[in-house]
Amino acid sequence: MRLVLLLVSLVLVGCHKLMPDAPAEDQLLDGPVDGLSTDEQARFLAGDVAFNDEVFTSATGLGPLFVSTSCGSCHAGDGRGHPFTSLTRFGQNDGTGNQYLDQGGPQLQHRALPGFAPEEVPAGATSTRLLPPPNTGLGFLDAVPDAMILALADPDDLDGDGISGTPNWITTPAYITHRPAPVEQGGKHIGRFGRKGAAYDLLQQTANAYNQDIGITSNYEPVDTYTGAILDPEVSNSTVDQVVFYLLTLKAPIQRDKDDPQVIAGEQVFTAVGCAKCHTPELVTGPSPIAPLANKTVRPYSDLLLHDMGSGLDDGYTEGSALTSEWRTPPLWGLGLSSDSQGGSYFLLHDGRATTIEQAIEAHDGEGQASRIAYQQLSTTDREALLRFLESL
Amino acid sequence: MKRLLLSVLFVHQLAAMFAQGDTIPVTPDTMKLNMDAVYGRPFQQLGGGSIALGGYVEANTRYSNTDGISEGLSFQLPRLTLFISSSITRRIKFLTEIELEEGGKEINIEFASIDLALHPMLNLRGGVLMNPIGAFNQNHDGPKWEFVDRPIASTTIIPATWSNVGFGLYGKTARGAWVYAYEAYLTNGFDGSIVDNAQGRTWLPAAKANSERFEESSNGVPLVTLKGAIKHRCYGELGLSWMGGVYNRFQEDGLKLDVRRRVDLLAIDYTARFGTHGPAITAEHVWAMVDVPDTYTQQYGRAQRGGFVDFVQAIMRKPVFGWKDACLNLALRAEYVDYNVGTFNETGGNIADELVAITGGIGFRPASGTVLRANYGYEWQRDLLGNPASRTAKVLVGVSSYF
Repeated sequence: MRLVLLLVSLVLVGCHKLMPDAPAEDQLLDGPVDGLSTDEQARFLAGDVAFNDEVFTSATGLGPLFVSTSCGSCHAGDGRGHPFTSLTRFGQNDGTGNQYLDQGGPQLQHRALPGFAPEEVPAGATSTRLLPPPNTGLGFLDAVPDAMILALADPDDLDGDGISGTPNWITTPAYITHRPAPVEQGGKHIGRFGRKGAAYDLLQQTANAYNQDIGITSNYEPVDTYTGAILDPEVSNSTVDQVVFYLLTLKAPIQRDKDDPQVIAGEQVFTAVGCAKCHTPELVTGPSPIAPLANKTVRPYSDLLLHDMGSGLDDGYTEGSALTSEWRTPPLWGLGLSSDSQGGSYFLLHDGRATTIEQAIEAHDGEGQASRIAYQQLSTTDREALLRFLESL
Repeated sequence: MKRLLLSVLFVHQLAAMFAQGDTIPVTPDTMKLNMDAVYGRPFQQLGGGSIALGGYVEANTRYSNTDGISEGLSFQLPRLTLFISSSITRRIKFLTEIELEEGGKEINIEFASIDLALHPMLNLRGGVLMNPIGAFNQNHDGPKWEFVDRPIASTTIIPATWSNVGFGLYGKTARGAWVYAYEAYLTNGFDGSIVDNAQGRTWLPAAKANSERFEESSNGVPLVTLKGAIKHRCYGELGLSWMGGVYNRFQEDGLKLDVRRRVDLLAIDYTARFGTHGPAITAEHVWAMVDVPDTYTQQYGRAQRGGFVDFVQAIMRKPVFGWKDACLNLALRAEYVDYNVGTFNETGGNIADELVAITGGIGFRPASGTVLRANYGYEWQRDLLGNPASRTAKVLVGVSSYF
């Protein structure tokens, strides 16, 4: 009996020690921004459940053709996607729009419920494979005013540095409410989300993903991808809104080891070789109905503009006004934690072809060519510092 | 070879030394197997009649923490189970087991069969039968275990307490120091929900939600369940069981909807107690093979596997607080589950979706049919992609008793 008492005492005393510690905040990509009110935290939690826990089935509207069964399965830990969760888009190779909308475009639903045949890319259509981008810090990117993005653009390369940078001018769906002081050009607006920057905001991104990725209709995107018919909504407006709120309020990744001398030196190399010309370190948000997002200086390392990346990254597919070789500068924040959401490996660039940061840099061409050459000419010490800095993001 | 023979002889002598009931002649009635468990429970005879009643209850409290976040303390009544048995005549029996889970949230007829004895090796059984295979599922009553939680593989790969309507045969015989037994059933089976469910993975327990299986088969093809066991009075019991059949609705109203897709489960188990005071071991491993269409997402595994090993050792047997047969046991369970055995088509990398867990426990038995138990478990779970494991620790304290 004394042994039992001893064991019970040990359990009670050691109970706290027996529980796992929370990972450090800077090691995680998910979690809300600081400063949400209690009702905003409740909305965040509701969106978290809808995004990460709700798995669709045939009974709840899945498919019958689809890419994935839930939002969370493509965005593990809210980080970058894995080749398993990649999607294929096809049928558009210039600014005149998608020519294959009547043949399943723009997105290939390559998976199907038992008994159904999945889509195939139609003969003659060019296509690209896209990995899901990370979700973190999206609310801050959403709150950057159009004017700031335009101020970074240099479509005619007036400064002669070989880097232009142009917005993707897109036609927004009717359900979109434009931001305050939107910049308009010929009835088109600046897109900023997605690999090509072809989505205006997170509502468009979310409604499209439900529809094109999961085969779920909503009041926003009511057309069934399989039959082409308008169906009753399979997800409610409130659920879509909760998911949008969740995406808006995910925190920005926290840089690690920022005081490490090698990281500091690496950031200087980053600027010196010209990376920062497209991967703009700082952006400033404007007003936002979500107070923690308003008027903040953030460090996403992106200008949210399109850049020509050369023939090696030209997949022959595009969206909006982007050229097939143009890609929106991907934010680099969270880069060092990518492998924690990609199964322990790096799958970088739009299709995951680069399995190291070095490979991703080496793939830069077009407007990125000068920086790539400068990188190749760096000393070993400077290269190591640059990589250390990128891994700290 | 000589060394092997000596080893076998040594194990044989050791086992014989620890063997229980050496002096009792082996008959089908004196040596119980896991598959005898449903009839081996304590029943109370009602008056002098043929009807007997019994049951068991489990209650516990749970504190768990995943990656530093805890939802606090919860109190649970996971199940209250009632048995009713009746000897209609000397060779016709009826037994039913009705389970109320989570305080009545689910009420299930887990077992309700009429048994007709023709010969020790040939008995007929019909009604609501429990298909789940493996040692644990055949002998799953809470008071028999030192662990609050049931083994993960035996409940999530094999759908524990999943029962169906059907008929079958069973038998048992003894020869020398050995006992042999079998069960063979044809019942209604699984349905498409095992690969089309809100769990987001191949999940055979999803078929439990379909109560229509008690009314009609989802596809008209019976599920076959075969269980076999052999037990030696020294070496313990070895069980091998399988169930398989077509799970999907491949046709309706004469129209073909899909090809026939099979699900098969194979379990092997070993149970032994080495002597009256020696350690007890229960080990089980299960494999599940599911014909998932190639065009479906790989998120739903084509193969699953998992198992557990339990060690239980009595460390005290003496009268305590007036309970003359009180016993204190230490227990340890190690288990693992891989819900998706395979590699990604896109990368060739391993599909994870797996977990490993270890649980230590202490159980105090004031009487053999009642256990107060405390467990501490630690679990590492990886998602489909194999990202860093989430870590969960849990402390469980509970009681379970036959009544």
